[in-house]
Amino acid sequence: MLAYIIRRVGQSALVLLIVGLVAFSMFRFVGDPIDNMLGQERTAEDIDRLRAQLGLDQPFVVQYYKFLEGAVQGNFGVSYRQGRPVAEILLERAPATLELAMVSGVLAILFGIALGVFTAIRRDGVLANVIMSGSLIGVSLPTFLIGILLIYLFSVELGWLPSFGRGETVDLGGWSTGFLTESGLKALILPSITLGLYQMTLIMRLVRSEMLEVLRQDYIRFARARGLRDRAVNFRHALKNTMVPVITVIGLQLGAIIAFAIITETVFQWPGVGLLFINAIQFVDIPVMAAYLMLISVMFVGINLLVDILYFFIDPRLRADRSGGH
Amino acid sequence: MADPVLSIRDLSVEIPTRHGIVRPVDGVSYDIQAGEILGIVGESGAGKSMAGNAVIGLLTPPAHISKGEIWLNGQRIDHLKGDAMRRLRGKEIGMVFQDPLTSLNPLLRIGDQLTETMLTHLPIGRAEAEKRAVAALEEVGIPGAAERVNSYPHEFSGGMRQRVVIALALCAEPSLIIADEPTTALDVSVQAQIIALLRRLCRDRGTAVMLITHDMGVIAEATDRVAVMYAGRLAELGPVRDVLTHPQHPYTHGLMASTPLASQGKSRLHQIPGAMPRLDAVPDGCAFNPRCPYATEKCRQAPVPRVSNGQAACWYPLVDEKVI
Repeated sequence: MLAYIIRRVGQSALVLLIVGLVAFSMFRFVGDPIDNMLGQERTAEDIDRLRAQLGLDQPFVVQYYKFLEGAVQGNFGVSYRQGRPVAEILLERAPATLELAMVSGVLAILFGIALGVFTAIRRDGVLANVIMSGSLIGVSLPTFLIGILLIYLFSVELGWLPSFGRGETVDLGGWSTGFLTESGLKALILPSITLGLYQMTLIMRLVRSEMLEVLRQDYIRFARARGLRDRAVNFRHALKNTMVPVITVIGLQLGAIIAFAIITETVFQWPGVGLLFINAIQFVDIPVMAAYLMLISVMFVGINLLVDILYFFIDPRLRADRSGGH
Repeated sequence: MADPVLSIRDLSVEIPTRHGIVRPVDGVSYDIQAGEILGIVGESGAGKSMAGNAVIGLLTPPAHISKGEIWLNGQRIDHLKGDAMRRLRGKEIGMVFQDPLTSLNPLLRIGDQLTETMLTHLPIGRAEAEKRAVAALEEVGIPGAAERVNSYPHEFSGGMRQRVVIALALCAEPSLIIADEPTTALDVSVQAQIIALLRRLCRDRGTAVMLITHDMGVIAEATDRVAVMYAGRLAELGPVRDVLTHPQHPYTHGLMASTPLASQGKSRLHQIPGAMPRLDAVPDGCAFNPRCPYATEKCRQAPVPRVSNGQAACWYPLVDEKVI
């Protein structure tokens, strides 16, 4: 188990390095930050001087190496646009995105699994079929459109919920939370639904199809033949077996929730890292882009690592294979 | 004779399909006494398993019991629904499936699967159930039962898993066991052990057994009486010795003649010409008539008499035709 985790951490580190390399090779196609940083009255000397000062005259591999050198020491450079350390800006913005992603993720997982189980058990029921048809909306409508529709309905027409921003936040030792104020909670509702809807429908459809597959298995028939109650058959026997493949996808989707927060944050002007990234792209703010991409990759890789470790607790067959016993 | 544990009367199972209604079980009647093993034999699709599923109430819709009665210990059970039927499963009727590799939930310890079954049906506490789980494993011959209750199914071999399955089927002490091809998926050497185990447990407890198989060897070895099924109907029913050595129905005769015997060497095996009819195209009269060497006009038209004990569903039962 420990050897396995160490091996996986090693693989994860390699993945991060490669992601960073690819990212750096792309940055020069985004635009030239010098254009934005110097005003109209610039001379060729000014441009060359600034370029050399920022190290932008070097090949991207060298730039990447310098970035890594700093990153290892916790120094992600200084934002070209704001002139402040990137780490500071990210830390300031991260709570907004993480809270949003957390609420969306919890909603997506809870409702996704519950509805998936329901539609699998009541396969031929009217309500189950209505839910399945409705889920097509969640899968097929783009996120920004859902966000705009929700704003139109609940903010513009009904006036119940705010259409943008985080509402009031409370500062808890450097972490600004929206969970403690009424306006903060209200502001969370629409963005988290927008962000989580796709993942919820995806999880629901996956849980349903996996569960239907599991319900066909012999051990489910045998559990029924032993006269176990429906609740025990469906939840103790079927759901647990359903979760093995579902957890993989849930892990990937949690990463996606944080990554795709960009769109939702743009629609709702949510002051998180996604919005920061969009603004950074417009300004070609390379330190911010680089740090953001690394942050997202760390989260993706970390979640996947957690998922793999979770398998050990769910599936005893893996435990036996890895420990080499029996 | 005492009242039978299981009594099936004129049972039919129907499945509506696009091409009309098919009847995988058609007017079948038999009894099983306490402590008796009744073998049900026939080809794939002859309705052997379907009848077993009907008894335990696990027919997959749209299949349903369309006619007849099922009596268990003097209680009629064919019309029981939902929770009333569930209470009988495991408690009064145990079932053993064909493939022990897929019958056990891979994610639950076998001890947990045993205790959950007992706690569902018996008025006992967890501690008592755990004690009985160990005893149940010991009884089916699992070495080191006290430790093995904490093992997962994948830590057992196929034969050991089938022992676990049998322990699970018997742990709430049912009066009837339906064993659906319990040895088909096992090695030959293990088959005999499992059959012997099933026989011993059922004799000791007086459990009635419906042993579904297509293996004549298993039938000869394990059963007291045998019912031969063909195209959903009972072709012949009788004491195992009579049926195997003096089959009266031409189908049973053909079946016996096509069973390879080690003593026969490499001689050419007998074959029954043709194939069992599809269930949506069962011929009029006797279902076996197109393949029967003795068929007459009467066999092609008049429905054959249904069997009760010790006779064949045939207008012209074979007499004194020794097979082996």
